[in-house]
Amino acid sequence: MKNVNKLPETTPILADSRRSFLRVASVAAVTGGLLTACSTADMQVQPSGARAAAPGDVVTLPGGDIGILNYAYVLEQLEARFYEMVVANFYEGITQMERQLLTDLRNHEVIHREFFKAALGGAAVPQLTFDFSGINFRQRTDVLTAAKVFEDTGVGAYNGAGKYLQSADFLTLAGKIVSVEARHSSIIREMQYMNQTAFAGEDIVDPNGLHLAFEPSAVLPKVQPFIRETIDARNLLTRAA
Amino acid sequence: MNLQNIFNELEKVDGEVFDRLAHVSRRGLFSSLTKKTVAVAAPAVMASAMTSAYGQSSQLPQNVVDVLNFALLLEYLEYEFYDIANNSPGLVPNQFKPAFEFIRRHEEVHVKLLKSVLGSRAIAKPGFDYSAKGAFPDTFRNFQTFAAVSQAFEDTGVRAYKGQAANLMNAKPILEVALQIHAVEAAHAARVRNIRGQKGWVVGGGPQGLPAAAAGVYMGEDNVIQGGANLVALLGSQFSTDAITEAFDEPLTREQVVAIVTPFL
Repeated sequence: MKNVNKLPETTPILADSRRSFLRVASVAAVTGGLLTACSTADMQVQPSGARAAAPGDVVTLPGGDIGILNYAYVLEQLEARFYEMVVANFYEGITQMERQLLTDLRNHEVIHREFFKAALGGAAVPQLTFDFSGINFRQRTDVLTAAKVFEDTGVGAYNGAGKYLQSADFLTLAGKIVSVEARHSSIIREMQYMNQTAFAGEDIVDPNGLHLAFEPSAVLPKVQPFIRETIDARNLLTRAA
Repeated sequence: MNLQNIFNELEKVDGEVFDRLAHVSRRGLFSSLTKKTVAVAAPAVMASAMTSAYGQSSQLPQNVVDVLNFALLLEYLEYEFYDIANNSPGLVPNQFKPAFEFIRRHEEVHVKLLKSVLGSRAIAKPGFDYSAKGAFPDTFRNFQTFAAVSQAFEDTGVRAYKGQAANLMNAKPILEVALQIHAVEAAHAARVRNIRGQKGWVVGGGPQGLPAAAAGVYMGEDNVIQGGANLVALLGSQFSTDAITEAFDEPLTREQVVAIVTPFL
């Protein structure tokens, strides 16, 4: 998957796409969001989404809708990298069906990651580096347990972040992704606990039949141990100026 | 559901929320809640919170009422469907009973939650025809038919909630609840698809193994343009078009959903 990380930085398609993507938000929100995002990035993080961050860097999420989309981009980077490692070195005793499922998940998450990266363009936070050293990728249980945590967290994060988006188009876009994450969560859980109720278990669906929703302040501490850079979310829930 | 969070969030998006709560003291409302009672009483408290913040349920914004009643119709449809199925002897194979009982329970609490928020403005449960005017003549006698209809309902539910999210942006706490229900429908959909031997995710815009009568369920799921970006042009050298369509679920408009469910009404 190396080549996925080496997409041409600017192609006509990409430039077009970026413009269209940004056009969907209200002019005020986007202009403000972009300016804030860029100035924040210039001051505190590596300036471009195309450039990798280095361990120890502080990556500051901007405010406004661009901040929320970058927050999603961080989570998609985490999931994508995890499944890239899973697929590069499948656990022992894996079945053909499991290979197919995990490869599908890798594809979906890398597509999500590359989509956000392209769409955010210069407003994207850098490519992060990850620490999965606590996960034994040779062990099925380790891999599925970690996948479950990442998928459940992803669903809850999108559920909790939707209300912060000012643009209806971005909300719909986030909605297009979160249900795919919920499908992943369901299938990973089914792989782990076959023919039971884990696919929508009581640990993720509350007594009112609601999938959990998490605030960013609850999500980031869960994922920070896997990220070598420090994610600074102090500006995340501020309105872009 | 963490109600304290809901109120805190409500305050963030609506600085006047506690003014709106004028007749309900904040402390008084919270003092009666403990973690245990929240879980049990949440639908009622939710309704109370909504009506306190936005007036009586009779004063909920009309667009919000419309969305909630639309959701309620789908939840009525799903709940009764699973209730009948789970009570049809010999229909559901033993290994799948826990899944369909769990799904039934979720649809039941979704109905209760939506009714509690809507109060007197909730629509009544209509009668349903689960044969869809004869398109599925043996829904409750043939497990394959039942599972196919289940998949159609769950995937439609995902698309319907997704299509309505933007209409709830003026009622953020309700939006969050809708997103949470949306994810549960997706978890159901993946499991049901898996039971039917389908992938857990929607591959392209084809019938996904459903009969022609359900063709509308996946209309438009072959979309590859997201946020203005053509993802086949962007990523097609690394990923198949199928993978690209699988990675995004598409919304349906209310009219499209109505067209899908009308044969069942």
